[in-house]
Amino acid sequence: MLGLVPASTAAGSLPAFLVFTVAPLAHLRPLDIAVIAIYFCMVIWIGFYLKGRSNTSEEFFMAGREMTAWIAGLSFVSANLGSLELMGWAGSAYQYGILATHWYWVGAIPAMLFLGLVMMPFYYVSKTHSVPGYLNLRYGEHTRILAAISFASEMILMSGVNMFAMAVVMRVVLGWSLTFSILVSSVAVAAYVGLGGLRSAIFNEVLQFVLIWGGALLVPILGLYQAGGVSGLKTHIMANMQSMTGVHGDSYFHLWRDTGHFAANPMGVHWTGIVFGLGFVISFGYWTTDFLVVQRVLAAHNLRAARMAPIIGSFFKMAVPFIVILPGLLGLVLLQNPDGSRRQLVGEDVVKSCSVNPSSDTLDNSAACSTAMATKSTLPAAYQASVLTGAAGTELHSYNEALPLMLIRYCGPGLLGLGITALIAGFMSGMAGNVSAFSTVWTYDIYKPLINKKGSDSHYVLVGRLSILIGVAVSVGAAYLVMHAHGIMDYVQALFSFFIAPLLGAILMGMFWKRATAPAGFLGLLCGIVTSFSLFVWVKFNPSELAVVALSPDAKPMAENLYRALWAFITTIVIIFLVSLVTKPKPVAELDGLVYGVTKLPKEPPVPFYRNEYMWAILVVIIFAGLNILFW
Amino acid sequence: MHGSGIPIWFFIGVLLVIYGFMIFGYGIYEWQTGSYPPLVELTRLHTPIWWGALLALLGIFYVVKFRPGQAK
Repeated sequence: MLGLVPASTAAGSLPAFLVFTVAPLAHLRPLDIAVIAIYFCMVIWIGFYLKGRSNTSEEFFMAGREMTAWIAGLSFVSANLGSLELMGWAGSAYQYGILATHWYWVGAIPAMLFLGLVMMPFYYVSKTHSVPGYLNLRYGEHTRILAAISFASEMILMSGVNMFAMAVVMRVVLGWSLTFSILVSSVAVAAYVGLGGLRSAIFNEVLQFVLIWGGALLVPILGLYQAGGVSGLKTHIMANMQSMTGVHGDSYFHLWRDTGHFAANPMGVHWTGIVFGLGFVISFGYWTTDFLVVQRVLAAHNLRAARMAPIIGSFFKMAVPFIVILPGLLGLVLLQNPDGSRRQLVGEDVVKSCSVNPSSDTLDNSAACSTAMATKSTLPAAYQASVLTGAAGTELHSYNEALPLMLIRYCGPGLLGLGITALIAGFMSGMAGNVSAFSTVWTYDIYKPLINKKGSDSHYVLVGRLSILIGVAVSVGAAYLVMHAHGIMDYVQALFSFFIAPLLGAILMGMFWKRATAPAGFLGLLCGIVTSFSLFVWVKFNPSELAVVALSPDAKPMAENLYRALWAFITTIVIIFLVSLVTKPKPVAELDGLVYGVTKLPKEPPVPFYRNEYMWAILVVIIFAGLNILFW
Repeated sequence: MHGSGIPIWFFIGVLLVIYGFMIFGYGIYEWQTGSYPPLVELTRLHTPIWWGALLALLGIFYVVKFRPGQAK
């Protein structure tokens, strides 16, 4: 852990890229460093321990299909609980209030239940190794290859983005150099996933889940205590927000009430976009067809466990806003400047415009900074003047730093190390999830059908291990690409969204309509991707056209994603429907195990009510409805 | 995990025990010496002591319940 030593002692003996490069938010003590180092030792230990149990392809790629419902469920929800997401949504809560919670509740829970109760039997009974593998069984080779290549390249790019994001966070919070963070995380991920395969990735995701709660739960507990409880928090926000943002502070506490018009809520979204775009297309697309998360459930040891896993995960998903959204809201009222005044966070673009030249300790561009603060922030005039003169303690922090700032506020030595470990673990498990899913899709859906159909089982395991190393190496390359061209990050994330909605359309049509044909599946998927991409490019070069795509001149960028996904999904559905009418369907006998209505699902032995998946699903629905009513 | 081998819960228990005792120990030291970290809020609540103890107890539970050879 050379990079953890302070610059003053390291500068003389370490390569330049391993020493601190900027003033960090936090300073680690030896106890914090020990906490982080122990975590790295643990994940490597797990990798080595599991190496002996990952010798066959079934063990390496599917974790032997022997995970319990609890482990598959925690891993399922944890694969999505990356630090980028934690920090990003805490920042969104700071900006938009509890509207951000939609991404955890309506944007996840219905889809997770649908996956468990309706779709999982088809994935599980077909014994497919991957989602592209299901498309192969249902629509044929062309659709599989299109899905596999898109998915594999996205996974690697996303892994690179994750790596870069982690490096940036570590630089801002701890002062680590970007290269050091990228090297350490990539070596650790390559080691434990390369050694233990999916089983190792799943183990570490469960470990990460516990660490995130252990490291982050203190923030809302102590924050609420200091803010005077929920009523105190509300009172403070109501008092501050009207003057700061012009939006009535009350809007920060309502999920649905102010979504009747784009301009009536801080996020600028309409309830139709939330329900149909987020709650249906994006959410169902992600939670039911993204192989990154579906792979975790496929590793369950029987069908009942595979159905229970997303249901168990949904309980924890509903609880995540407590450690993500609440700290963002608490940051609104509790974060302070060194002089005791309330600290206001700003957008990344403002922070960037006000960057400081480290050699001269002055602003790079005072005019740009002044303009950015005046037009894109609500910072008080006196504070803006202090920033421009470079007064001590007037550095700007972005919304995304809300969670780390809150962590630093309450956590001393040891606890800070635990919180930082939780962030690192979140990033690493995100990367590991991407790389393990990439490895499976590459080996089963690209290498095996296109390059070598007749390899032995051990050959495919070797290919899987090598693809993990290559995947990590390419991810590092992608991270550096993003580092040198920051704008690419937005495109990569948009790229991810191009594919999800059309994939959902293709899978739903294939799974629930026996008439859907192979050419229709391929064309529908392709046209959906092209539609999504075209809409993105259209709005990119003609921002005013957002009003057309999102059906309102008041729509904000967040709404664009929701509506673009909706149009791409509709395109896919319509194309599959029309083309299927004029092409020849598969005989019904070939659809057994793939399509609803022609599949005989295996009978499962009866269990007591407390182990029945439907009983737990009903409980989830009741809690979900109750939360939405409570925060209406 | 289903099947033989060391369950993941055991690994988690080990980690929680180590972290719990480290943080608890630091909390005791902090309380005894009165040397609280600057800029950290609510130090009067002695968070490292009770949070460290909680982590350690949870860890001990997992280590004992899922120790190799015992867990199903």
